Amino acid sequence: MAQKPEDKPDVGTTGHEWDGIEELNNPLPRWWVWVFYITIIWGVWYTVAYPAWPMISGATEGYMGWSTRANVAADIEEAEAANAEINTRLASVELTEITSDAELQGYARSAGEAVFNTWCVQCHGREGGGFVGYPTLSDDDWLWGGTMEDIHLTISHGIRNEEDPDARYSEMPAFGRDELLAEEEIVQVVNYVMSLSGEAQDPAQVEAGATVYADNCAACHGEAAEGDVFQGAPNLNDAIWLYGGDYASLMETVNNARFGVMPNWNSRLTEAEIRAVTAYVHQLGGGE
Amino acid sequence: MGILDKHTVLEKNVTLLAIFAFLVVTIGGIVQIAPLFWLENTIEEVEGMRPYTPLELAGRDIYIREGCYVCHSQMIRPMRDEVERYGHYSLAAESKYDHPFQWGSKRTGPDLARVGGRYSDAWHLDHLRDPQSVVPESVMPKYGYLEDRLIDGEYIEDLLKTHRFVGVPYTDEMIESAQADFLVQANPDEDFDGLLERYGETVQVRNFDDAPGISEADAVIAYLQMLGTLVDFSTFTPVASR
Repeated sequence: MAQKPEDKPDVGTTGHEWDGIEELNNPLPRWWVWVFYITIIWGVWYTVAYPAWPMISGATEGYMGWSTRANVAADIEEAEAANAEINTRLASVELTEITSDAELQGYARSAGEAVFNTWCVQCHGREGGGFVGYPTLSDDDWLWGGTMEDIHLTISHGIRNEEDPDARYSEMPAFGRDELLAEEEIVQVVNYVMSLSGEAQDPAQVEAGATVYADNCAACHGEAAEGDVFQGAPNLNDAIWLYGGDYASLMETVNNARFGVMPNWNSRLTEAEIRAVTAYVHQLGGGE
Repeated sequence: MGILDKHTVLEKNVTLLAIFAFLVVTIGGIVQIAPLFWLENTIEEVEGMRPYTPLELAGRDIYIREGCYVCHSQMIRPMRDEVERYGHYSLAAESKYDHPFQWGSKRTGPDLARVGGRYSDAWHLDHLRDPQSVVPESVMPKYGYLEDRLIDGEYIEDLLKTHRFVGVPYTDEMIESAQADFLVQANPDEDFDGLLERYGETVQVRNFDDAPGISEADAVIAYLQMLGTLVDFSTFTPVASR
């Protein structure tokens, strides 16, 4: 500590003394004292201006009328009002008109991308890239159809969920687990299905598998294995596989079946948001 | 200097200082905390809240044991960006059966207050096994071992009793049938009418992990799938002053 300069007025000591060292009784800096008083005044004003004091049945509301809930409601209202006109139009036109009207399509694509990146990306991946078990949306291979109407229905009601009675629904039988097919028949039909997309297989197995296929699978997947978008039955001719096209994955699929679930979004998103994300998915690459 | 001189008595007597400091803090505490227990507008009445079912409560305990709350909050704040991303802002009533509550201000992962129904059970399973398989940029660790750990609800009755002790309105009937309710929620082949009768029609009954037996993954997914789904927001009108 610096020594006390000689020319400063004598301020005395606080009377505290330790081993001959005394504490000077300097006044607090003036700026500090003023800030201290101002904070006290500000504190009193704050409790009057904002909700603060607990009373018998509720707290005082404050003369400023400030409310977090009112603020967030106002924020949302402002944002909605800004887009109200185009959202109303988006929600009311024919679905096909969205893709033909440049203004609507441009808006729907941007708004839809925001919706997609908030609600859809966790399963379907960035730009609809998809993951094993979660369909790719950027190709032209559609399980439930790729027209605007089809995509709109799928997003609104979802697939195989329990919440929406109008959800798309179909269920592949678990041919192995429920003992609908013998094990060798399953091996045969898996061989046949693999041969459809050009993977070389044992010809004897493939031939036997064709019969098994015609008797058990063709009703949904089609005689020529072209699939059926009315029941979400995938095309088995192409090399696009939702759950994997290798032997082990196909054995699992035929034995235990698959039951992919998608939530219904009509309870979480507005009609305009659903239509926007429909248009976004439609233009990712495969829209019909 | 009268009052200041008296103050030196307090400053020089540590026991007196402790007593008076305690008194001051007590007054502050009473003014701030005590009214919350009877003010009508602390927790508003909402439609649909119910205590956790035994399986959900077990899932909640596993959630806490694994430290999920370290990265995931369960509190959607009343701000436009949060409401647009996660859904309606959280209400105090939605945490009223949470002991302890899972609020938080730090999010490494997303908020989970309304994660229920947002993903399929299969997604949750894939995501617990290997989060990066569905969210490549995720830093979440793998929790696949939850599937391998089978649980039978042996102590679930005690857990419900503990929660009743701290104020959750579990009835005697709920506590008596705790283990049965625990077992039946992940087993839709059995008769689960009693469970729905006790906890309401909205209880989700299914085999959450799609595997035989009840695993910790069943419990966690049952818990996650009901988070934020209880309040019926179509009947809810926010009062601005709350």
